[in-house]
Amino acid sequence: MTKPINQRAWFLVLPVLILVAFSAVIPLMTVVNYAFQDSFGNNEFFWVGFEWFEEILRSERVHDALGRQILFTLIILVIEIPLGVFVALHMPRKSGTWTSICLVLLALPLLIPWNVVGTIWQIFGRVDIGLLGYILSSLGFDYNYTQDSFDAWVTIIIMDVWHWTSLVVLLSYAGLRSIPDAYYQAAKIDQASRWSIFRHIELPKMKNVLLIAILLRFMDSFMIYTEPFVVTGGGPGNATTFLSIDLVKMAIGQFDLGPAAAFSIIYFLVILLVCWVFYTVMMNTGKVDG
Amino acid sequence: MKINRSNIIISLYILFLMVPIYWLLNMSLKTNQEILSGFSLWPQDLTFDNYITIFTDPSWYDGYINSITYVVMNTVISVAVALPAAYAFSRYRFLGDKHLFFWLLTNRMAPPAVFALPFFQLYSSVGLFDTHIAVALAHTLFNVPLAVWILEGFMSGVPKEIDETAYVDGYSFPRFFTKIFMPLIASGIGVVAFFCFMFSWVELLISRTLTSVDAKSIAATMTRTVSASGLDWGVLAAAGVLTIIPGALVIYFVRNHIARGFALGRV
Repeated sequence: MTKPINQRAWFLVLPVLILVAFSAVIPLMTVVNYAFQDSFGNNEFFWVGFEWFEEILRSERVHDALGRQILFTLIILVIEIPLGVFVALHMPRKSGTWTSICLVLLALPLLIPWNVVGTIWQIFGRVDIGLLGYILSSLGFDYNYTQDSFDAWVTIIIMDVWHWTSLVVLLSYAGLRSIPDAYYQAAKIDQASRWSIFRHIELPKMKNVLLIAILLRFMDSFMIYTEPFVVTGGGPGNATTFLSIDLVKMAIGQFDLGPAAAFSIIYFLVILLVCWVFYTVMMNTGKVDG
Repeated sequence: MKINRSNIIISLYILFLMVPIYWLLNMSLKTNQEILSGFSLWPQDLTFDNYITIFTDPSWYDGYINSITYVVMNTVISVAVALPAAYAFSRYRFLGDKHLFFWLLTNRMAPPAVFALPFFQLYSSVGLFDTHIAVALAHTLFNVPLAVWILEGFMSGVPKEIDETAYVDGYSFPRFFTKIFMPLIASGIGVVAFFCFMFSWVELLISRTLTSVDAKSIAATMTRTVSASGLDWGVLAAAGVLTIIPGALVIYFVRNHIARGFALGRV
């Protein structure tokens, strides 16, 4: 389907442009403004050039936060994507009451406010009043997520898997539903194995939605703030201080606007770069498939 | 045999999802003494006091009203501006369309932490701080790009011949759009409204930064109560349970659209 060229289509896009300009461009310019200036208070600002950027790029603290962030995002993707696909493959294929119930229950964690997700796991993981903590400690594990970095990591990763795997399941399930039954019948006639059905029929059909799933999970886990903040507050020590938590500490806690703004811009650029790569890949695979 | 194995796997997964939620529900039906005194799988002496506290204290239930107000405002604004834009992207080529589309998507990728402070300054300076509309507008930052993206997928699935036939039949654009086109992508609009509702409802950082008293969201109420009064676990758990209910209701109403919508659209 070729689309006609019509410059008047700009008028249809105009409301979005005005709205996004107000809610994105103006704040972003404020950030850029801070990133290049310093202030002694009284609203007097002077130009400092790239000083803040150099400070941030050399800062140990930011390097550590970035390292933790990358590790966290990688672990999340490695667990959630295969698990989500696996669960989606076992979803009932026919629509019916059971399927509806499954879908509603699956989507439930996605609709819980993020700080409530934090609260749930904060309670759930406690050794004295939480089920998880209680079971682990009665099994003889020395589990305490407020004291031990490793336990804090495990808790936050399980929490994120609990919270977001359903998104991967729902997206993969949508991809699977679009496969006509005839494909499966053909595979049955050819006596294809379960693996080759997955490899040659299901995986290619899911490729596009899987890319969206990976993209969304990458972005959201890279921006994660509320849940670890509620559960561990970034601790113990700095063990679970991810980029967003560090940034908010710097901007609102210490009010270091200049470095925080420079940090914001670098942070944004990293996400943008990765997403641009994903986006290009997505668009190209779309073209190949027709 | 195969069906059974699938059912077991799905059931196990759903069990894994439900246990923490059950635990929250369990806590919300206990008194604080019971929570702190011992460990039990179900409430030994059932109490609804925590819920009564919430429904009788304005500082609690106002939080819910405020949250629902700005979430609904945000959903309406997002869908209303995204519809024509998505139509433009799905039907026409115009100068800079691809760049514009990607630029819109980048807003979905902007970490809320980056925008929290500038938003605070922007909305304070135009006198909108601590109003519902401020939060609703701020949340369009990530909801509008998503809405445009999903709607574009749905609209591309509608054959172009329908537009042309309608124009030949003498429909004007606004009439065609509302009478013919929108019913065709009804499940798409349902899915988008669901996503807008969801992302606005679950967001904490921006809504907490932009409100203080009059429009304080339930999420912010919860975090502040934690620090103010020590940890009142029972009430906190009850408030948590109540925040799940609107989401559960929404998803129940759109469940058929979701199943169908997922199959048709891009997301």
